Amino acid sequence: MNIALIEYGAGNLPSVERALARLGVASQRASTPEGLESCDALILPGVGHFGALMRSLAERKLIDPIRNAVSRGVPLMGICLGLQAMFATSDEAPGDVGLNLFPQNVSALPPTDRLPHMGWNQLRRVRPSRLLEGVPQDAYFYFAHSYAALDAGEAAVALCDHSASFVAVLEKGNVFATQFHPEKSGPVGAAVLSNFVKQASKSQDGKQ
Amino acid sequence: MSLAHRIIPCLDTDGERVVKGVNFVNLRDAGDPAALAARYNIEGADELVVLDIAASRDHRPTFLETIRRVAAELAIPLTAGGGVANVDDGRAILRAGADKLTVNTAAIRHPELLTALAAEFGSQAVVLAIDAKRVGDHWEAFVRGGSVATGIDAVEWARKGVACGAGEILITSMDKDGTRSGFDCPLTAAISRAVTVPVIASGGADTPETFLEVFKEGRADAALAASIFHDSIHGLGDLKRYLGEHGVSVRQTS
Repeated sequence: MNIALIEYGAGNLPSVERALARLGVASQRASTPEGLESCDALILPGVGHFGALMRSLAERKLIDPIRNAVSRGVPLMGICLGLQAMFATSDEAPGDVGLNLFPQNVSALPPTDRLPHMGWNQLRRVRPSRLLEGVPQDAYFYFAHSYAALDAGEAAVALCDHSASFVAVLEKGNVFATQFHPEKSGPVGAAVLSNFVKQASKSQDGKQ
Repeated sequence: MSLAHRIIPCLDTDGERVVKGVNFVNLRDAGDPAALAARYNIEGADELVVLDIAASRDHRPTFLETIRRVAAELAIPLTAGGGVANVDDGRAILRAGADKLTVNTAAIRHPELLTALAAEFGSQAVVLAIDAKRVGDHWEAFVRGGSVATGIDAVEWARKGVACGAGEILITSMDKDGTRSGFDCPLTAAISRAVTVPVIASGGADTPETFLEVFKEGRADAALAASIFHDSIHGLGDLKRYLGEHGVSVRQTS
């Protein structure tokens, strides 16, 4: 199977690469529309700024290829800012448009608790989750963010509570995403990535 | 369900080798940062900090290679710093595999550096390190590894640093550092009350009780220590079990 990490300058790409390698999963980097077309599964890593990410994707002409891949049924996993980029808009970059796979807005977390939301937190599961299969209910995951999607309709499968209740894990068809960093979340994070790879393999088997 | 208090081992290096608290046990190469990183990754550290305390320009490529080697061992977040003077230094550290960078001396001289770093990498990647020492009735910030007084109030500086873009404060008590007499809870609490970002307490770590104190009285979000972990005086697992039993939310690892 051909898993591609979408390369647009995100700092955490090598850690995701290493996390996959530890699972025995080879990946490649894709930074061109052609590179994305030949892939069986895509991962959109991300740290930094919503607007900067969308501009980087636009400069590389990757926005339509990502959306087209999702329409073709290619499994896509977003991580942290990669989750936020799947939405229509974000408070972080008013006026900029996201990948728009989900129509909602990404909000600035209210300053109720300390921000950024930085460190290890637990999840509240609200729907059956493929990414969290076999992961203990009380597991901690590593978060580092100040913006979050407060609503993703039926796609929200697990929430987290810090300053507000927000979407921590999102799944809809072939689209997956986590607000936390699975590549930085120790063994339980590895399990989440492994579950994504399993879903991607299943989807490929289905095609053959 | 709440955010866990973090326990953070710190590796003080000369760019290449761990230079403080190096009486490690059960390590073939005791001064190798990557070997220690691998150990803490398995033992349940919540994050790792690696600092270049020499911070010499000539050694920069060596330190970046150290960050790469350490990052390769970790499935937890990594913070690195020492001598970060501009955005390019910060970018080099993050590209080498760190998730966050610390900035200290250069930020006091040029607070706008914090703004530039936050604009480039996001506040969540910018940790303002403050070395503070009690002077009369307040705490003063020191720079250049604690050797130069600035005349600046540490609590005021923390507040200003956050306003400029820092996403986290690493507060080191120079009075407590290396004493193993407990964290400086009044200093940590004063910083913690002054800012809205997470605060990491450093300096003075000793028994599990000292960690409990800094989380409760010191209102710290995270606690950092070096030698007590390197010397295996306290195992991370035992420490976290103790904290958990005393009502502190921590990430228990088996």
